[in-house]
Amino acid sequence: MTSEVQATAIAATVPTSQPPHPLVEFWYHFRQNTGAMIGLTVILVIALLALFAPLVVPHDPNIQYRDAILVPPVWQDGGSWRFILGTDDIGRDMLSRLIYGARLSMMIGLIVVTLSLAIGLALGLVAGFFGGMVDVLTMRLMDILLALPSLLLAVVVAAILGPGLVNAMLAVSIVVIPHYARLTRAAVMAETGKDYVVASRVAGAGPLRLMLIVVLPNCLAPLIVQATLGFSTAILDAAALGFLGLGAQPPTPEWGTMLASSLQFLQRAPWVVTWPGVAILVTVLAFNLLGDGLRDALDPKLKR
Amino acid sequence: MLRFILTRVSLVIPTFLGVTFLTFLLIRLVPGDPIEVRVGERGIPPERLEQLRHELGLDQSLWHQFLDYIGGVLSGDLGLSLVTRNPVLDEFLTLFPATIELAALAMLFATVVGLPAGIIAAVKRGSIFDHGVMGISLTGYSMPIFWWGLLLILFFSVGLGWTPVSGRLDLLYYVEPVTGFMLIDTLLAGEYGAFWSALHHLILPMVVLGTVPLAVVARMTRSAMLEVLGEDYIRTAKAKGLAGKRVIGLHALRNALIPVVTVIGLQVGTLLGGAILTETIFSWPGVGKWLIESINRRDYPALQGGVLLIASTVMAVNLLVDLLYGVLNPRIRHSR
Repeated sequence: MTSEVQATAIAATVPTSQPPHPLVEFWYHFRQNTGAMIGLTVILVIALLALFAPLVVPHDPNIQYRDAILVPPVWQDGGSWRFILGTDDIGRDMLSRLIYGARLSMMIGLIVVTLSLAIGLALGLVAGFFGGMVDVLTMRLMDILLALPSLLLAVVVAAILGPGLVNAMLAVSIVVIPHYARLTRAAVMAETGKDYVVASRVAGAGPLRLMLIVVLPNCLAPLIVQATLGFSTAILDAAALGFLGLGAQPPTPEWGTMLASSLQFLQRAPWVVTWPGVAILVTVLAFNLLGDGLRDALDPKLKR
Repeated sequence: MLRFILTRVSLVIPTFLGVTFLTFLLIRLVPGDPIEVRVGERGIPPERLEQLRHELGLDQSLWHQFLDYIGGVLSGDLGLSLVTRNPVLDEFLTLFPATIELAALAMLFATVVGLPAGIIAAVKRGSIFDHGVMGISLTGYSMPIFWWGLLLILFFSVGLGWTPVSGRLDLLYYVEPVTGFMLIDTLLAGEYGAFWSALHHLILPMVVLGTVPLAVVARMTRSAMLEVLGEDYIRTAKAKGLAGKRVIGLHALRNALIPVVTVIGLQVGTLLGGAILTETIFSWPGVGKWLIESINRRDYPALQGGVLLIASTVMAVNLLVDLLYGVLNPRIRHSR
């Protein structure tokens, strides 16, 4: 009797358990990676701070408090709750400037990744899909860009376009295009020989449909990972350009620029140099953690 | 073998020509006429302007100019620096040893620390040590090195007074440059005090420049070791009763080293790019600092020549790694 009951109970449960939705499965794997979850949380916090910067900052980032020049952070002698992380050499609140800096860094990451991903994706798709001369020419061009150390190329492009935030973003975007192009091309070439692509081709799908609707979605996983890691490269390189005086110009509260413009106070007031660096490190680290976690969750073969 | 070498070398030639064309174009993208930029606000009579344009070949077609430039590059003529009027190649070659010395030591530092750290992390997978190494290397990988350098200066040079803040050598010493490498020159001159001074000056820049490669080497070693440790021949070696150290040091490490060596070779670009920041922070008289100064002085021929020379160095090293890889691994040599 009891075994019969059990059998029906099993029969009742088995058909209802469907394979989980890919997103659910992804989330299941992703959630187990503590580092990636920390990265995601930190990024969300920074993004929210950046988004609502005008509402959360204690002071206007550009107001110069003449009575509070180089005030130390609150836990040091002479610090006060008025300026939690201290003030810089012309009396601007560090915390407020850092929060506004988060806006710039997030924007730099977003624009650089979007721009370079769009161009790299298009180049990679075309090269991988058509092959032949188009492929050779595109990939040779990418090789040329890769032969130059990325920071050197970014420095040169920024020097030629002239210093400024927009030009720095352009410079960093150009530098990272080859990574996306190569990745897309490799993924496209791996996919185009498969049966489902041949089937759509036989069914009469045109090249654009084949490229964008049939093949592209199956190449996305490595690109998502690369794009996430691309945020950290973009933020780091833009900050380095800012530090060298080729990126955002003072008084823009870009983290690298802030660091460079207060260099001479390194000994007297270390906090003016410490905090922007901490902000860069934490943001970049968070994106790298997230990228590693995405890689593990999206590609079981690469699992560490 | 010869066939393999020739194919690889011939593949680099179009890239080299492309890079040359790119650097050639760069200088033309600079807003403003090169001569007017040069004479500044003083102005210049039109006939003198024409004469200068002719002297520099600017009145010829772009292709003609490019061929001239290539001809110059191949015979070692990269033009004159606008500021010092010295040949760009000479300036570069005087400063390059300082950069090589720094980069080589940085790579040495990265390998000496990163390799054992990666091996131990792989062997003790999942331990606190493993997590620690991976955490630190991801932090190192995310480090804005210009800030890292400043922190180290603040702590070790200013705070503790252990290391000098900048430069290559104390002003007390003068050593005749023979090789351009300070560590070798001081020893050749028999100045041991100067040698110690040079070594002291090298420590912080070396650590700063070596941080990112260190993280890359540690991560790569760990993952390569993990892959190899799962192979059948490792199990066989263990089953034979060989000591654990021997299995790891000999059987596993040898096979894990191939991808690690490749990664070390690929770090040359990172090192030369990072040298721009490191040299700027530590006032290190190498080509990175020189390039930034050239930009600030609008010395475009110097910038153009420097970029071309650095790119050529990177390409040459990558080619060398590629060839070495083929020599070490016959499968690669014969497959293409």
